Amino acid sequence: MKNIVSKKVQIMQPSGIRVFFDLVLGMRDVISLGVGEPDFVTPWQIREAGIYSLEEGFTSYTSNKGLYKLRLGVCRHLKDKYALEYCPDEEILITVGVSEGVDLAMRAIINPGDKIIVPLPSYVSYGPVVELAGGVPVYIDTSGSGFKLTPELLRKNIDSRTKAVVLNYPVNPTGVSYRRRELEDINKILLNKGVFCITDEVYGDLTYDFNHTAFPTLPGARKNTVYLNGFSKSFAMTGWRVGFACGPKEIIAAMTKIHQYTIMCVPITGQMAAAEALASGRKSVEQMKREYNRRRLFMVEELNSLGLKCSCPQGAFYIFPSIKNSGLSSMEFSRRLLKEQKVAVVPGTAFGPCGEGYIRISYASSFDNLKEALARIRKFLEKRG
Amino acid sequence: MDEILEILEKDGRASAEDIAKMLRKDAGEVKKAIKKYEKEGAILKYKAVINRDLIRDEDFEVRALIEVNIVPQKDLGFDKIAERIYSFPEVTSCYLISGTYDLLVVVAGKNLHTVSNFVAEKLSCLEHVRGTATHFLLKKYKEDGVILKHKSENNKRIAISY
Repeated sequence: MKNIVSKKVQIMQPSGIRVFFDLVLGMRDVISLGVGEPDFVTPWQIREAGIYSLEEGFTSYTSNKGLYKLRLGVCRHLKDKYALEYCPDEEILITVGVSEGVDLAMRAIINPGDKIIVPLPSYVSYGPVVELAGGVPVYIDTSGSGFKLTPELLRKNIDSRTKAVVLNYPVNPTGVSYRRRELEDINKILLNKGVFCITDEVYGDLTYDFNHTAFPTLPGARKNTVYLNGFSKSFAMTGWRVGFACGPKEIIAAMTKIHQYTIMCVPITGQMAAAEALASGRKSVEQMKREYNRRRLFMVEELNSLGLKCSCPQGAFYIFPSIKNSGLSSMEFSRRLLKEQKVAVVPGTAFGPCGEGYIRISYASSFDNLKEALARIRKFLEKRG
Repeated sequence: MDEILEILEKDGRASAEDIAKMLRKDAGEVKKAIKKYEKEGAILKYKAVINRDLIRDEDFEVRALIEVNIVPQKDLGFDKIAERIYSFPEVTSCYLISGTYDLLVVVAGKNLHTVSNFVAEKLSCLEHVRGTATHFLLKKYKEDGVILKHKSENNKRIAISY
């Protein structure tokens, strides 16, 4: 039979990690430190709002942009938290998680052949989405600078075809984040070179050592940035699939055009619950953050004492320790740790080739689980000598 | 509240060493702080939360909440009479409350009979006790922030994801 699949999709690199993931999913009694979502369930008042909306019969479409009360909630939230002002009528779009936001932003700005800078290691979807939109991802290896995008690295990789850069901080998988002055330097280069910014700040609420800076609050950045965020990580709402995109009205209008043809609108129950999250969920976010922070400090200390060297991540719920001392590749280390001690982690290479020599550990797991996992990792390392 | 207390309130078995790591403090300092809380009585004791639905306990099978109306004593108010009530081993909790009644007393006993006997023979006839209303407890759902249901490990998340 003739291959019906488009060339574009055919050449997309399938995630090399899939085989390993299948291995994990097929095993029982595994302690997983490989989960990229909170271990908390959505706070009850938020779930209750979703249930109530169903009881009340809210089962219809909403406006393409999303429920007005949710957009207004987002507007107020950003104003309170970052003194960042977006108009709920024209500058905010409710999306199916940040994932859709990334896709829409790419499709809205990319002309064939446009280059989009993606610092690595990074969350897995940016590059493929750029390719699907007809762009060319330009990957920057940040392993030589503490997994941070430096002004030098950025400048070196910009040329006349560079359309935009994708930022994501705190970073999945490294937990690295940026202070305001570091972002200012990046922003200056972008403005100077006329490079647009797509910033995915879904872990922004989980920043521990300093205040998170929203990229559009930097001087001159607002008109040059699409700001993406969502409810998944801060409010433990991954399965509800609700996010939002904010930006200059021309870009949001373009994104809305695509969104209305492809998605129509975000499911209303999720939007109702998300509105409640903004109205009453801040306290729950703070409580979860305190809990994550304790686990973070505990895990960093323990991993270092096991000889898995890691610097202290400033955000998200990930640690990215080096496993170079083991003499194994990331994949081999992860595979053996799973087979021998039933602990699942994600090989660093899942997030780009420069993740070789590292593994991603998620501490979104109960304290008892973390302790047990550490004991097993210790056994694993001792056996290897 | 001090984060040390916050951690211990959730898990009384958390070691000083682990707490120190979680709060990036010195283990000796944490030990000292805990000792101080114990000495001051801020930490009274450490105990397990037991789900009695799963345990057969011959001595405490029935529980009742008893509203007690009392006449306060001159100079002593409610405290003295409360002490006389909470000192009975059958009383597992005792609170002074606002509203129609003064004390809310939780009593545990072998069966309905022993609990009613306790109310009739010990509690009601105390001097200063004006009246009681007994509510037998049928089911406990949540106590002190703990939902009394054994939850199997959270396996609703997929085991590995980006």
